[in-house]
Amino acid sequence: MTLLLVCVGAALGAPARFLTDRAVQARFGTRFPWGTLTVNVVGSLLLGTLLGAAEQLALPPALVAGVGTGFCGALTTYSTFGGETVALARRGDGVLAAGNVVLSVAATVAAASVGFVLGRAL
Amino acid sequence: MAAGSRPGAAVLAAVSAGGAVGAAARYGVSEAIPGGAVPWATLVANLTGCLLMGVLLEALERRPAHPLLRPFLGTGVLGGYTTFSTYAVGVHALLEAGRTGLALGYLVGTALGAVVAVQVGAVLVRAASPAGRAGRATGGGR
Repeated sequence: MTLLLVCVGAALGAPARFLTDRAVQARFGTRFPWGTLTVNVVGSLLLGTLLGAAEQLALPPALVAGVGTGFCGALTTYSTFGGETVALARRGDGVLAAGNVVLSVAATVAAASVGFVLGRAL
Repeated sequence: MAAGSRPGAAVLAAVSAGGAVGAAARYGVSEAIPGGAVPWATLVANLTGCLLMGVLLEALERRPAHPLLRPFLGTGVLGGYTTFSTYAVGVHALLEAGRTGLALGYLVGTALGAVVAVQVGAVLVRAASPAGRAGRATGGGR
């Protein structure tokens, strides 16, 4: 049952990532992977909020599995982040590659922390 | 597909189905690997996913593939298998627990490991390719 909810959440999260990435790229271009950064930050904020709320409220574990492990897990991605970082470095944009790593890591951890604060305040 | 054009239903379906498959695999990894101070299951999923992404991207540069292969395997399966949100929450949890050194080690280790894993995946495909010189369209140096 948990596995099914994880799959349903991911079946929504992955296309949400795909569409967000495209929309961000259409607006801001493809020189820097802003689209992946966006979904990773938003997903980290959502997951932090969910887990913070789960500490305060008796959220059903199924909800946490479906929305957290499934949706937030699939909305965010490490493999595309890795692939895009390596592509930047191979193109000779070492500064952008390093910037993508530092920005992604810092912004997602900050977003997760803010999420926990928000979730616990619910 | 030109940037800005509307993605077809087949592409969205491939991404969605792939995402479900990938997330199910990640869930399986999390069930198989016990959690400890370090979120080993997330680390394993993210690094193996990056290795496979390196393999996929290099293979796709070398030979034509069905147009739905990359949306399904790359954006879908590997995107759903790996996760940035669980990683970020894991770093936050270690920081909040006062385990700053471990948090930084996990943070840097995953990020550097991911980049190395993508490269290793690409090198494996190059090594396995019969025409090793059939190279990349872009990029000057190694």
